[in-house]
Amino acid sequence: MKSDYSQSRLTGWGLTSPSYARTAKVSHSEVGEHVKDSSGRGIVMRGLGRSYGDAAQNAGGTVLTLADSVAQAVLDTEQGTLTVGAGVSLHDLLQIIVPRGFFIPVSPGTRFVTVGGAIASDIHGKNHHLEGSFGNHVRRLSLLLADGTVKELGPDQDAPLFWATVGGMGLTGIILDATFSLIRIESSRCIVNTVRCKNIDELFEEMSHGDDEHRYSVAWVDLLATGAKLGRSVLWRGDHARLSDLSTKDAIDPLHYAPKQIATVPALVPSFGLVNSWSSAIFNELWLRKEPRRKVGTIKNIPAYFHPLDAIGSWNRLYGRGGFLQYQFVVPFGQEKTLRRIIEMVAVSKTASPLVVLKRFGQSNPGPMSFPIPGWTLTVDMSCVASGVSELLHSLDSMVVEAGGRHYLAKDAHTTPSVIRRGYPRLDEWKAIQRAVDPSGVWQSDLARRLELI
Amino acid sequence: MENAVGEVQNVLLLGGRSEIGLAIVRKLLSPSARVVTLACRRPDEAAELTQSLSRTGLSVEAVSFDAADTAGHKGFLADVVARHGDIDVAILAFGILGDQQNFDEDPQSAVSAVHTNYTASVSAALCLASQFRQQGHGKLIVLSSVAGERVRKANFVYGSSKAGLDAFCQGLADSLEGSGASVLIVRPGFVHSAMTAGMKPAPFSTTPEVVANLTVKALNAGQRMVWTPGILRWLFMVLRHLPGPLWRRLPLG
Ligand SMILES: NC(=O)c1ccc[n+]([C@@H]2O[C@H](COP(=O)([O-])OP(=O)(O)OC[C@H]3O[C@@H](n4cnc5c(N)ncnc54)[C@H](OP(=O)(O)O)[C@@H]3O)[C@@H](O)[C@H]2O)c1
Repeated sequence: MKSDYSQSRLTGWGLTSPSYARTAKVSHSEVGEHVKDSSGRGIVMRGLGRSYGDAAQNAGGTVLTLADSVAQAVLDTEQGTLTVGAGVSLHDLLQIIVPRGFFIPVSPGTRFVTVGGAIASDIHGKNHHLEGSFGNHVRRLSLLLADGTVKELGPDQDAPLFWATVGGMGLTGIILDATFSLIRIESSRCIVNTVRCKNIDELFEEMSHGDDEHRYSVAWVDLLATGAKLGRSVLWRGDHARLSDLSTKDAIDPLHYAPKQIATVPALVPSFGLVNSWSSAIFNELWLRKEPRRKVGTIKNIPAYFHPLDAIGSWNRLYGRGGFLQYQFVVPFGQEKTLRRIIEMVAVSKTASPLVVLKRFGQSNPGPMSFPIPGWTLTVDMSCVASGVSELLHSLDSMVVEAGGRHYLAKDAHTTPSVIRRGYPRLDEWKAIQRAVDPSGVWQSDLARRLELI
Repeated sequence: MENAVGEVQNVLLLGGRSEIGLAIVRKLLSPSARVVTLACRRPDEAAELTQSLSRTGLSVEAVSFDAADTAGHKGFLADVVARHGDIDVAILAFGILGDQQNFDEDPQSAVSAVHTNYTASVSAALCLASQFRQQGHGKLIVLSSVAGERVRKANFVYGSSKAGLDAFCQGLADSLEGSGASVLIVRPGFVHSAMTAGMKPAPFSTTPEVVANLTVKALNAGQRMVWTPGILRWLFMVLRHLPGPLWRRLPLG
């Protein structure tokens, strides 16, 4: 049995580089038929379309989405693991695991991503400095290969293919389901400490010394501050709150979880977008609040702490019709000078949203294409229609790879094959594994073509 | 593939030595560009040209292509794709202006000019459209002309061939809606190039660079039609409706 296709125009979350593909939502029992039926333009899987660029697009080919239900998820409370179909979203998972005292091992900035996408992009969160990326927590997965067979993989079961699949952008096969470990929590609240830093040196210093005492850490940097104030920022560090941290009122229902969407951005945003005024307002609100430099012990719920943007549906439309891109790279520790220079260049160019995110990465995992390496990762939102964006990004690309850094494939929408080749020195090792399991080129995507990954 | 800011990787120029075509290619080059294919007659004479375009990370190739040989179009395109993969932008720039007096005296030469300007363009555009449909993306730029907007006595063979091409491309663009492929029709006025060398410039004459700038801007904006320079659009709105006796007396060269 096979579902019907429809012809669809697809873009990533950044709404750029549209292309057309035949799309279908398929069940696990159908997916094999679709693989047999693939044309010369191949197949890629698409979860919730939250990759910013063209990772889940396949011009002229097939794009499939797994129809999975969270109802089939198996929670092993003893082992603290969850087994679930790859098409299930973190949003759906959280609703069943949080009330039972568990949390996902890695939480990205949005809960609207699927488990398959989380593994294929090897996503990271605010806890990377201590606990690594999503792939570190995957115990096993099953992968549908190009030849139609299904293979069980894990860190100690065909490890090379497992690690090529973690961060492999869907180009080794279709992840059908996975088992991963969870975090045990006593409450659905987080206890957050805030530090305001006057400049970049203060921020580097603060993060280098205090981060490891907290499970979660991330900083928001204000690009409107330049000169001596460059790097003016707010650092948020947090942990899951214990029962004893809660007020008596909160302690009545400590695992209460009810994320809400407070608004949706309409389709008709002015073409120049609205995002700059919006994010400046957020930052100013934080910065100008007459609070002490350090504030400890604020209690926040999971949606407010981990997924604040999810409260606003379709926020990507805030950038207007021209779309936007999210530029994210990492440079190794010791390259603070390069990082400072990049922040300066972005600030001066006035092409970016004034709010950028800085985070410290810990150890890498064995995945040859997994993004995180020990160092600083910076995330910048930019409107694609601002003048000079492209030239700026090409210069930043060179600075990043010269500093020994690299770019995040799940977000990339702009860079070149040579920058990726330099940033990922194990690309050829990955390609050899990829080719061995897909000699005829069944797995393809716009990203793979643009960056010559396959 | 095209990136988020509209930079393209693979460009094909049919009429690989056309001055307007080359100006558009130059405008499309960015650090993202990977391949430029110049399809022209006598590619062995194009060494200097390929040299002038080359830069690190970019491969520039001149390959043999005779637009008049329409039977060869399909195979030619298949070959380019087999070598370099998806074509992001193709520019249809071959064309013959010819001399109206010659055409009057030798109708056979008019037939061959029309064959290149219209028939061969139809063939090449259909081959490209089919490739783009299959790719799910791709942009075709076609050099039409204001000469086809209202055909005048001084070059009516040329003008009528462009009128036909222009009309064909409008239909083609509509038929490609929803396929990922698109067509941009460029309507230049008098452009200083090899084609017009030695001729008296018409009003609002311009250069290949200006045409290229306006064309690439229109391409990035997703337009389907661009007049170069823009004022010609308004001028021809008037000229199109001039009474015949007046039109025939206009000093348009
Ligand atoms: N210049 C203007 O004022 C003007 C105005 C409006 C529209 N246009 C149009 O713009 C396009 C480009 O013109 P241009 O100004 O760049 O003139 P150009 O430099 O003379 O370019 C025309 C090119 O067409 C090529 N060509 C002719 N017949 C061919 C064939 N059978 N096979 C392959 N190539 C062939 C010529 O190649 P060879 O080098 O081998 O002869 C020449 O390189 C043309 O379609 C023209 O009609 C020009």
